[in-house]
Amino acid sequence: MHVPDGFLNAPTSVATGAVAVVGISLALRGARAELDDRTAPMAGLVATFVFAGQMMNFPVAGGTSGHLLGGALAAVLAGPFTAVLCLSVVLIVQSLLMADGGVTALGTNITLMGLIGVGVGWLVFRGLVAVLPKRIASVPPAAAIGALVSVPVAAAAFVLLFSVGGEAPVALDRVLTAMVGWHVLIGLGEAAITGLVVGSIVSVRPDLVYGARRFIAAPELEVRTVTATGGTR
Amino acid sequence: MGAGHGHRLHFHAHSPLHRAQPHHKLLGLIAFMLVVVATPQDWFGAFAGYALVVLVAVAVSRVPVRYLLKRMVIEVPFVLFAVLIPFVALGPKVEVLGISVSEPGLLAAWGLLAKGTLGVLASLLLAATTEPVDLLEGLRRLRAPDLIVQIMGFMVRYLDVVTAELSRMVTALRSRGCDPRSPKHWPVLARSLGSLFIRSYERGERVHLAMTARGYTGRMPDGLTARSHP
Repeated sequence: MHVPDGFLNAPTSVATGAVAVVGISLALRGARAELDDRTAPMAGLVATFVFAGQMMNFPVAGGTSGHLLGGALAAVLAGPFTAVLCLSVVLIVQSLLMADGGVTALGTNITLMGLIGVGVGWLVFRGLVAVLPKRIASVPPAAAIGALVSVPVAAAAFVLLFSVGGEAPVALDRVLTAMVGWHVLIGLGEAAITGLVVGSIVSVRPDLVYGARRFIAAPELEVRTVTATGGTR
Repeated sequence: MGAGHGHRLHFHAHSPLHRAQPHHKLLGLIAFMLVVVATPQDWFGAFAGYALVVLVAVAVSRVPVRYLLKRMVIEVPFVLFAVLIPFVALGPKVEVLGISVSEPGLLAAWGLLAKGTLGVLASLLLAATTEPVDLLEGLRRLRAPDLIVQIMGFMVRYLDVVTAELSRMVTALRSRGCDPRSPKHWPVLARSLGSLFIRSYERGERVHLAMTARGYTGRMPDGLTARSHP
């Protein structure tokens, strides 16, 4: 899933690297608003969770398997800016400590899975939540559809990058069809797992789900005076 | 696509490459790979030179070749992709072993394989010769944003804790007859992932409180940064 070195030429890799740097610096600013001084430890643990989630494989078709990307999941759980930071850190760690995804393709991977995966997942989620009934039960299906859309969009963005700076002469329309078709299948798995995970968290600790916070009524502080006879008035 | 991600790769040894400053190694790796990626696919001599550079570095690092080869399986899904290219690429066709394949596609596949393999090998070598903590130090010296390095630090520190927690959950699920790969059991799996998230989040809260109690205000205390700005 991670783009290796040599897939895209050097100028494209450097350009996506610049996009990634801009995206991360915007996310750094935004994440402070989502988590304040808790940002580092919380985002670190959410990143670790995303990494662990990516170890989950699921069968796609013909004996192959896909694994969770977690962009939409992280966005709904932790907020979009924190999610961008988490995904970026996961990709940096995978590239530098596990040789998974090329060093020169790090910008490409962060742009595709961090910025586009999280961004599309979050925007679709927000759009759906605005349209669906204003209930907490709308959150898991909206998250699932956000995940479903985000995966093929990221794949299409990869094909777009490949058309600009790809190192192989292939028919782009065929690559686009194959990549998007394949990633719709992966997206279905991603959607199912994202929806189920968000659903299970919403039913236990809805306060932890960033995307569900607006549906939780803040408990009102009640002040009652006690009368001499013992009853409350 | 692809299998799960491997474990951390550090190989303990004493070599000039292990002792080299982490930020020099990082810059070296990035510069080397940029040069490799920018090299035209048909400069075969240049690639032989790059391979020699990597092999010399491997020899200097005293990391056993088998150790690196075993971990190169991470490349497999993308090797499959590269092998497919000559069959789907455009351009004039040539006969190879009686099969008609695209000539530019063949060159492109070679280029992808050569660059990708060099990249994986060079990155593996960095990971094998650099402790995660030193890598963070290197990133800090390269002026990576402090918050990103801190997040990475927490991720590296709690990686084993959280993945071990996950593997205990999966073991428990399996011992009760659950097959984590089967979609039939996804709801169970998702609930485990959900509780893994809650546990991770609550762990993060506890870590934050413990840090606040020790004087954390959004930056690591001076005692730790002193090492990073000598």
